[in-house]
Amino acid sequence: MKIHEYQAKQLFADYGIRVPEGEVATSPAEAAEIAQRIGLPVMIKAQVHVGGRGKAGGVKYAADPVAAEKVAGNILGMDIKGLIVSKVLVTAAEEIVSEAYVAIVLDRTTKRPVIMVSSEGGVDIEDVAARTPEKIMKLPIDPTEGLRPYQARNLAQLLYHAPALVRQTAEIIMKMYRVFWELDASLTEINPLITNSRGEIVALDAKITVDDNSLYRQTKLAAMRDLEAEEASEITAREADLSYVKLDGTIGCIVNGAGLAMATMDLVKRHGGDPANFLDIGGSSNPQKVVAAMQIILSDPKVQAVLINIFGGITRCDDVANGLVAAFKQLRPSVPVVIRLVGTNEREAAAILAGMNLPCAETLDEAVQKAIELAGMPVTA
Amino acid sequence: MSIFIDKLTRVLVQGITGREGSFHARQMKAFGTAVVGGVTPGKGGTEIDGIPVFDSVDEAVAKTGANTSVIYVPPPFAADAIYEAVDAGIALVVCITEGIPANDMMKACQHVKAAGARLIGPNCPGLITPGASKVGIMPGAIVKPGNVGVVSRSGTLTYEAIWALTTAGLGQSSCVGIGGDPIIGTSFVDCLEAFEQDPETEAVVLIGEIGGADEEAAAAYISNFMTKPVVGFIAGQAAPPGKRMGHAGAIILGSSGTAADKVAALAAAGVPVANSPTELPALIKKALARASRAPEAGCSKSRCGGGGSAESAVGAFSPHTSEHRVVPEMVVCPGLSLYKKDVVK
Repeated sequence: MKIHEYQAKQLFADYGIRVPEGEVATSPAEAAEIAQRIGLPVMIKAQVHVGGRGKAGGVKYAADPVAAEKVAGNILGMDIKGLIVSKVLVTAAEEIVSEAYVAIVLDRTTKRPVIMVSSEGGVDIEDVAARTPEKIMKLPIDPTEGLRPYQARNLAQLLYHAPALVRQTAEIIMKMYRVFWELDASLTEINPLITNSRGEIVALDAKITVDDNSLYRQTKLAAMRDLEAEEASEITAREADLSYVKLDGTIGCIVNGAGLAMATMDLVKRHGGDPANFLDIGGSSNPQKVVAAMQIILSDPKVQAVLINIFGGITRCDDVANGLVAAFKQLRPSVPVVIRLVGTNEREAAAILAGMNLPCAETLDEAVQKAIELAGMPVTA
Repeated sequence: MSIFIDKLTRVLVQGITGREGSFHARQMKAFGTAVVGGVTPGKGGTEIDGIPVFDSVDEAVAKTGANTSVIYVPPPFAADAIYEAVDAGIALVVCITEGIPANDMMKACQHVKAAGARLIGPNCPGLITPGASKVGIMPGAIVKPGNVGVVSRSGTLTYEAIWALTTAGLGQSSCVGIGGDPIIGTSFVDCLEAFEQDPETEAVVLIGEIGGADEEAAAAYISNFMTKPVVGFIAGQAAPPGKRMGHAGAIILGSSGTAADKVAALAAAGVPVANSPTELPALIKKALARASRAPEAGCSKSRCGGGGSAESAVGAFSPHTSEHRVVPEMVVCPGLSLYKKDVVK
């Protein structure tokens, strides 16, 4: 789960990492008030869960409260890669002397948290990695032992020479590691970490991604979820305990298992269609889940056909069939629904669905091609 | 022969009195697995379908001689269950549980490794050796004894592939689901190594998906060390970046972990990649036919000639890492996923 910059900065501040003074605003007038209170030139920063907001014009300087109101008015309501900006962070503009990059990520290969530092701050770190990989230092940390002060110091020494700056940076890295570990983050990042004209090291930006699997014990973070920043259908799906990602296509997909759901989407694309979504109804799918899944898919106006692909192992095909019967009764779908139910109890399922006269398919490719055809699109082999 | 489990496997079910645990204990037993006991603290002395239940893994191991455990314990307690199994001397721990925090798994994996045990999963369907044993939740009805090894990060997609093999008359030596989480105990490479050494396995199906760099590591291993043919499938071509596709580990971060990269890495290692799971049997048959024409196993490496040098595979595997320029106490980790674009100033 991603949280916003203003929330991440608050958490960093709670752990004693210096961040510029700032507050979040939802209206231009509020932005002006905050700018007035801060009393310095400010930056107005769009709070959206998407990269490249600076390039998209979502981060702007304002010299005074009047300018802040105007700038905030421009940014609020802005569409950044399909997300509408409803909040801006109004934060003191810092005088930047130098910029660095510090991040801690969960590294799958070493199975350890890895700290990355680079003197190339303030730019896209993946560009740095691609062009000048020698400018990024990486240190895997033993998860049992945690980060040792000398390790943080050595990393800090790669960024600065002045003892005061090294000391401050080492402290920030130690604190960032605590944030990473104690808040079950899969990423904590400061880009840029700057030195200002007063010789202070400040986190000018802040990013924290929280491990979804830890939200049950990170209740404070779970409460930071911004429902406005998410697709309404994705929220409904989460509440129904379905794994769902909305896409832009016309073929709605209901599948059991994440891998098979991805493979089904891939085949839709391969045969000339465009998947409307990823949807995994999970392992032991009860009939209610199928109804909820159908409801979510059918409420997407773009959907021209629904493809149901179930490989029954633990999931019983007759459970899914019963769910489909209920869903048809309740929802009366106006688009064609193609069904492939294979595996555990497939015969029982076929008997349940026999009277409904639905288009069925034996193989995965066949099912996908039929769905595309019924959606009125040309099928490619 | 087979990998990881066989007729000598003696299984303990941790969380046997739960809904999933009891259901699958019965399923495993029906398949022919030696399910020798179960563990649920506080339920010791009872029985599930004739399987004795114990209060601790320690006690269960002492009384049953179990060498393998399978975990169906809810996420908050699952990591502890892994420690308990390993500390009791269990050599193979299979963790089915989905939703364990990554921090817990980083520590647990380290503990498992230090103890010299093997962990499969978490968030996996387990493994199956047709005709001998199944540990986990894979449906027993779809497999058939044979000589194709199957290794996958997925559950139902694996069943789809196994079923395709079985209906095409291709049996399996062992099928292993390694799990869909970012931090897992056993990697593709571990399984490929085992299949390479298993005399009964003649070819391997590898089913990967978006996220991480395990497929790229597998490609590097295949091109350097595998003499047996491998065919692949990668799920998630149509997945958008930055979105978790069900599995916690199935996410494209920045430009790392894309399906296209994985397909390219496998192809460069000489691995034919199927467009659909239904194409896998034909690819396996072709690979087996070609392998049988090769005079010596070692010579089949020549199939990797052309673009398949180890270097190119390793290059694809860790594009952002350069090995020299290591500050003494620094370790440059291969395959480190860098996060990009969402980096905003």
